[in-house]
Amino acid sequence: MKPQDENKEGIGGMINPRRYGIERVAYLLMRLSGLGLLAYFIGHIYETSSILKGQVGWNEFLDLTQTNEGHALLAIVIAMCVFHTVNGIRVMLGHGGVGVGKPSRPDYPYDPASQNMKHKIGIYSAIVLAAIAMMYGLAVMYGE
Amino acid sequence: MVNKMRESTIMKIHYGTALGAVALVAVHILMRLTQSFAESLEYTNVIANYQFLPYAGMLEIILILLSIHGFNGLRVILLELKQGPRYEKAVSYGCVAAMMGLIAYGSRTIIMVNMGML
Amino acid sequence: MTQVPSIAEEKPTTSLSSPKTATLRIARFNPEKDSERKFMEFNIPYQRWTTVLEAILEVKKHFDHSVAVRYSCRQATCGSCGMIINGKPRLACFTKISELESDVVTVEPMNNFPIIRDLAVRFERLFESHHKIKPYLINDDSEISSNEKEFLQTPEEVEQYIQFSNCIKCGLCNSACPTMATDSSFVGPQALAQAYRYVADSRDKGKDSRLKIIDESHGIWRCHFAGSCSQVCPKGVDPAMGIQFLRGYLLGFRS
Repeated sequence: MKPQDENKEGIGGMINPRRYGIERVAYLLMRLSGLGLLAYFIGHIYETSSILKGQVGWNEFLDLTQTNEGHALLAIVIAMCVFHTVNGIRVMLGHGGVGVGKPSRPDYPYDPASQNMKHKIGIYSAIVLAAIAMMYGLAVMYGE
Repeated sequence: MVNKMRESTIMKIHYGTALGAVALVAVHILMRLTQSFAESLEYTNVIANYQFLPYAGMLEIILILLSIHGFNGLRVILLELKQGPRYEKAVSYGCVAAMMGLIAYGSRTIIMVNMGML
Repeated sequence: MTQVPSIAEEKPTTSLSSPKTATLRIARFNPEKDSERKFMEFNIPYQRWTTVLEAILEVKKHFDHSVAVRYSCRQATCGSCGMIINGKPRLACFTKISELESDVVTVEPMNNFPIIRDLAVRFERLFESHHKIKPYLINDDSEISSNEKEFLQTPEEVEQYIQFSNCIKCGLCNSACPTMATDSSFVGPQALAQAYRYVADSRDKGKDSRLKIIDESHGIWRCHFAGSCSQVCPKGVDPAMGIQFLRGYLLGFRS
């Protein structure tokens, strides 16, 4: 018997942040930043191993990374790191039931208590702190 | 080994490694700010960092924590994208192998520089 | 913390007496005959109180009776008429055209549910997941054999689970969930919220067996608190809250 199509939205549904508020945006950014940071981490481990080639090898690596492109990439990594960290702490607290409201008899308009201002503020804070960290990082990198 | 671990145990490790990594990566980044950014990346300064045993130990711990956290996160994303017993086993073992590979490669750098084997 | 109220706001420009016209785009797809989904458009007059379900039934009555749609109570009690309305899972009987703030209303079958035809979808997976978490009180004591006439609960104990018992199995949460979009094995927010409904019930003694069931690689841990399930729930069940509370048991925050 032909297996029926499950009509899953697929990856387009997973990455579409548009319809469900800032929490869904935070979910998507968390995934993207996580993958980005993993990619950076692997690259970082590889590039720092160039120290084993001595001063010449290390300086070659610095020539590659201490460029405008390298600084821009590092700024993005800083933003991803800060967002992933701050939002991750928010999510971990949520996962433990902290700040998700209390059960009560629902009444119209049935607003969900778990989608409350505490978590929204947490998400916006993560975004703002990431932006600030990115600007600070750029200031440090270009400051000399 | 991977399949026998309960998912709640794996996720507790995921959360624990996250919290540990946050603290230690903050120290690692702050070290870059103890001198000017460019100076902190000079060869002799970096070597000095690696040869300071507590710092090298901290780097090793960061390597292990972030490898576990990162590859477990990747495993979760891949498991959600596609299902099936063979695929799931391949993803789980693949991520563990990649994790161990990265830890081994990074540890090699830390140990060799710490012991002056350049 | 008080929520910003989001009472459905009908467009004030929609007059009470003379109807406006909306374009209703209905997704048509018969998996046995068609290779892809098509949309058919109908111009439907509507007033401030006209629901999407009424518009669809108007199409069936006057234009094309073959449109397949599930509905029953017309009052957001039965959970039959769940569908994607202008991109978001909603109950057709509970959604007024005037609150959509658009003269084009697109209705499609719920995502993550196999399609029977047009707007009707299969619910087997939802029922299987629901059944998996043992959606009944587990208690060795019997109300017949014990001296008590019934298992007593204080109002505070009832308050712990009553909102989660409001679930009408409409499936909107499963349709909105980002994990369900790609993971065929995920139990889903509906089942997890119902698992919490029973775990939180003071009459129930089956907490450990339910926690064991959901503690697997496609169980509760594939929920990432995106919250979309709670955003779309028409009955205020707030599955995201229940799931996080349930996770608290596994993490040791609750006992």
